[in-house]
Amino acid sequence: MDGARAFFPPGQLLRKGYTVNDLETCERVETLTEGTVVKESSSGRTRNNGAHSQGDFIFRGVTFLLAASIILILILMGWEMVRESLPAIRKFGWRFISGREWDAVQGEFAALPYIYGSVVSSILAILLATPLSIGTALFVTEIAPSRLGNMVAALVELLAAIPSVIYGLWGVLVMAPWLQQTVQPFLINKFGFLPFFQGAPYGVSMLAAVFILVIMIVPIITSITKEVLLAVPGSQKEAAYALGATRWEMMRVALLPYARSGILGAVILGLGRAIGETMAVTMVIGNTPQISLSLLSPAYTMPSVIANEFAETTSKLHSSALMEIGLILLVITLLINVMARLLIWSVTRGRTGGHA
Amino acid sequence: MTFSSPFRSVKNLLMTLLMVAATIAVLTPLGIIFLHILKMGASSLSLDFFTQIPKPTGETGGGMANGLFGSAVMIVMAGCIGLPVGVLGAVYLTEFGGSRRATIIRFSADVLAGIPSIITGMVAYTLLVVPMKGFSALAGAVSLALIMIPIVLRTTEEQLKLVPGTLREASLALGVPLWRTTLKVTLASARTGIITGVLLAIARIAGETAPLLFTALGNQFWSRKLTEPMAALPLQIFNFAIAPYEDWHRLAWAGALVLVGIMFTLNLAARYFGRQKRYS
Repeated sequence: MDGARAFFPPGQLLRKGYTVNDLETCERVETLTEGTVVKESSSGRTRNNGAHSQGDFIFRGVTFLLAASIILILILMGWEMVRESLPAIRKFGWRFISGREWDAVQGEFAALPYIYGSVVSSILAILLATPLSIGTALFVTEIAPSRLGNMVAALVELLAAIPSVIYGLWGVLVMAPWLQQTVQPFLINKFGFLPFFQGAPYGVSMLAAVFILVIMIVPIITSITKEVLLAVPGSQKEAAYALGATRWEMMRVALLPYARSGILGAVILGLGRAIGETMAVTMVIGNTPQISLSLLSPAYTMPSVIANEFAETTSKLHSSALMEIGLILLVITLLINVMARLLIWSVTRGRTGGHA
Repeated sequence: MTFSSPFRSVKNLLMTLLMVAATIAVLTPLGIIFLHILKMGASSLSLDFFTQIPKPTGETGGGMANGLFGSAVMIVMAGCIGLPVGVLGAVYLTEFGGSRRATIIRFSADVLAGIPSIITGMVAYTLLVVPMKGFSALAGAVSLALIMIPIVLRTTEEQLKLVPGTLREASLALGVPLWRTTLKVTLASARTGIITGVLLAIARIAGETAPLLFTALGNQFWSRKLTEPMAALPLQIFNFAIAPYEDWHRLAWAGALVLVGIMFTLNLAARYFGRQKRYS
């Protein structure tokens, strides 16, 4: 039956116009050539044939509908977000993303402080998290003995499993007071001449949000970077070693360049996560819609304002404005995710079983 | 790149140390957070936590029994919606899907998984809360299901891909129709792996707070109907953590300890099932 196996690779049985019944009733499968569709039954076994194909047809239809529902959900989500934000889009136009006014009583809404808060907190978090994550991933894959490496990797994955509300709880009850009493006075004393560290120590601040975000996105970037590094062919590394490279030189000339686009994808995915992060940031950022250079002053982000105000909006326009913020957030995260997926795919595609 | 600098081994050592330092910097907050949750949680946790509902402000004691119950109810409901879609959708991708269609669906699932959970909450709000004229456990469950579906779909798909084609062929050769083969042979062989994925998905939605904020809303008391606002453990942790009362903070810590405990149990169980047989 080797010939038949070649024509019917696993899982492909129904993709080429054959059905199970054709196979079952065909005596000389070996003589099939590609493109042949067996219709005639050469033996008398036709029992259950109709029931088979009908059951398969229904089963196939049901699974298809369920799988396709995911596309429908996506379209529905986009449609709902656009539809609900239309009143705000019509009323404010581009002013919505350039203005600073957010006044539910007057019915004036503009989102710049929230966009600013989201962008600044996420980018700062990414800048801090990227070197830490790459360093940890390199340690896990290249430096540590495999048992220690696996242990560290498992711990980091554990970190990724903790719900964000718990990071927020720890952030607001432990980290923020610590920042207020220790870190921020120190920064004000030593670096107060810089515009980034001016003002009173509040505790809840942009700085706190950045720290919490770093703790939360490092596990994501680390574990994907690890996958990407493991996908680099051993021959690349061996070639560098054969030229007399030290371990660091090997990483620099072989490992990192090869994995570069995958690591970039991991970082962008982390950025997407940071920009959409809601609970932990809401709890530590101080929720004040202002644009201030100082990292010590409270700020506000797009998901936070949705979380705080959406359940108790005062007017149709208010909820529509929040919807538009959600829409902006959706578009940004979609762009970020698509970009990251493509980059990660470009590296891990060749590796079987690898999924990122 | 030339390997000629006299400081090559020094540089190598320095970079190695930097990587070790990065690892320590990553693991330290983890340790500190765990210690705090353990310390604060253990000192605040009591039997009352599991049997009482929150007391009004000013009274000491109380627990989060309604939150635990609400979380359980909504997870079960989300599972009832999300599991069939995720698992059978994955069946379509591996068993029937042509490469192009499957790629589109797979890509949609990845995109859906990347959407911030607060946005799924907003969509569930416009689709369910507004027409039903009220916050409800049902809307909360739907928003959780939306988060669950892509996770279950992708993990199940990975597992189904691992089932050898020979198993399917053996069943088909015996005259078993394809749909029964898929249910009784393919899915059954991948069972443990699928359970792993489902447990991880449950662990994920058990801690979700943002989508529940304006769907289930939370409730200080027991909910009697699925069309009423319902309490959930993560929501209660959030509300109590940002409240200015010491007592509520203690309850929040206890809740955090319980939630982390649930997470780890689910993750350990997932690892246990994930470790089972691999087809080689």
